[in-house]
Amino acid sequence: MHPALSIIVFTTASGLGYGLAAALGLGLLNPALVSTKLAHFVALALIGGGLLSSTLHLGNPQRAWRALSQWRSSWLSREGVMAIVTFVPLCISAYAAIFHSRYLLLPGLLGVAGAGVTVYCTSMIYASLKSVQAWHTPLTPLCYLLFAGAGGSLLGLLFAAAGGGDTPILALLSIAFLGAAWTAKLAWRRNMENMDPLSTPESATGLGNLGRVRLFERPHINDNYLTSEMGFRVARKHADKLAKISLIAGGIVPAVLVLGVLASGASGLGVALAALAVLSHAVGMLTERWLFFAEARHAVMNYYGG
Amino acid sequence: MTCLPSNPTPKKLGLVIDLDVCVGCHACVVSCKEWNTGGYGAALSDQDPYGADVSGTFLNRIHSFEVLPEGGEVAAERGEARLIHFPKSCLHCEDAPCVTVCPTGASYKRADDGIVLVDEDMCIGCGLCAWACPYGAREMDLAAGVMKKCTLCIDRIYNETIEEVDRVPSCVRTCPTNARHFGDLADPNSAVSIMVAERGGMDLMPEQGTKPVNKYLPPRPRLPLAAAAAGREDTSGATGFFAWLDGMLDRI
Repeated sequence: MHPALSIIVFTTASGLGYGLAAALGLGLLNPALVSTKLAHFVALALIGGGLLSSTLHLGNPQRAWRALSQWRSSWLSREGVMAIVTFVPLCISAYAAIFHSRYLLLPGLLGVAGAGVTVYCTSMIYASLKSVQAWHTPLTPLCYLLFAGAGGSLLGLLFAAAGGGDTPILALLSIAFLGAAWTAKLAWRRNMENMDPLSTPESATGLGNLGRVRLFERPHINDNYLTSEMGFRVARKHADKLAKISLIAGGIVPAVLVLGVLASGASGLGVALAALAVLSHAVGMLTERWLFFAEARHAVMNYYGG
Repeated sequence: MTCLPSNPTPKKLGLVIDLDVCVGCHACVVSCKEWNTGGYGAALSDQDPYGADVSGTFLNRIHSFEVLPEGGEVAAERGEARLIHFPKSCLHCEDAPCVTVCPTGASYKRADDGIVLVDEDMCIGCGLCAWACPYGAREMDLAAGVMKKCTLCIDRIYNETIEEVDRVPSCVRTCPTNARHFGDLADPNSAVSIMVAERGGMDLMPEQGTKPVNKYLPPRPRLPLAAAAAGREDTSGATGFFAWLDGMLDRI
């Protein structure tokens, strides 16, 4: 699948944003601190920026509002609806924290639930597609949710450290989420590498009983929408390296840095280490999301010899 | 409304494509593009049409496949490989995944005849339906920013202002070898249903669970050219004058 920059940025930013919103909604950051007020703002900006980025790949973005209508059947529509619904408790929580230095339990917990459901809807857009076999597994939503948790705890840790607040809980949470997320992701990748293709050129043409089917001629010499959208391929040797880079930058380096934060507390060094952990994790996540699209093979390529 | 109609629809209009007969001439591709660029919805645009990197939106494309039997050999025209031309357009699936994923309600399946259509005024061009379709039946028009797909020439088949013989999809009307047939696959007595029953019409990628309406008729069995030529050497079946001639010629 073609790794569109707008969608990679959207899923990465909104995952981080909803994760941070969830950390705030659980009341893990002291609402009286200036850094927590800033964290509320950053969470909303990441979510809003991500959503705006996702509209960039539309052919007719002026009609994007119509995407809210088909929540009965479409995960994309459900995601849009849940994103907007979730803004309500998130904005109430942000208002209470920014202007009144208060943490409100009910909007907080509603925000956590909304963030989780929205990330789940995003992941189900991909996981529900049987035509992309690598995505069509319950491990896909599990990875998205755990990565959102990891990114949110890391960002929460950064803001807590910057404001001189409590860091140990968020640090432990970060390590736990990073471990769980990458365990799930490695299982996801193993699943992709070991699966037997559901559809083959033989089943796609129905000619399997005659023999082995090989593409002789494409419909046209040049690429078309299908081959440029669905026919993206990444060399295996590069994919393996990128997967290692994403694991190191997105999992191992942040985890080690978080241990450093635990040791140094809310000092200047702690803040710097937490900031580096967030940065490294974000780079790792962008790589992971790029691979998520680039490595996935679409069933239509059975007709295009790919 | 992107929920699917109660299955099955009373009529299941679709195509039956005969892989034994198709010669891969691409006439249906051209006639489809010609009819549909001026018909239902936005025109089928081309990008860089006179340049080196030409591409465009098509609702029907012909692929060609080489099929090699187990242990077979590819050796020019005397080999055992078969070349099969393979037209592909929307299969108007009963369980169409492209419909249910649509966030806007632009993509829908008609409850009365089962045709899958896109309401282009509602389409936001997100491309998710094209991702959901395992067959590659949907292509985004890059000029209009909306999803295009086979309409089964809905502006022909119900069009009472054109002659009755023309009230079939453009590709069917055009096919010079009669490889394409149009009809109601829900009616067991329709010509297309009888054809499917007699020839063992098949679904593409049944494992995807889409229940396509369009059916493909498999190529008939065939002897490789080499075997057919070898058969001509055997004259033992000759009778009468030819048997006498066979014997005389052998003696010379």
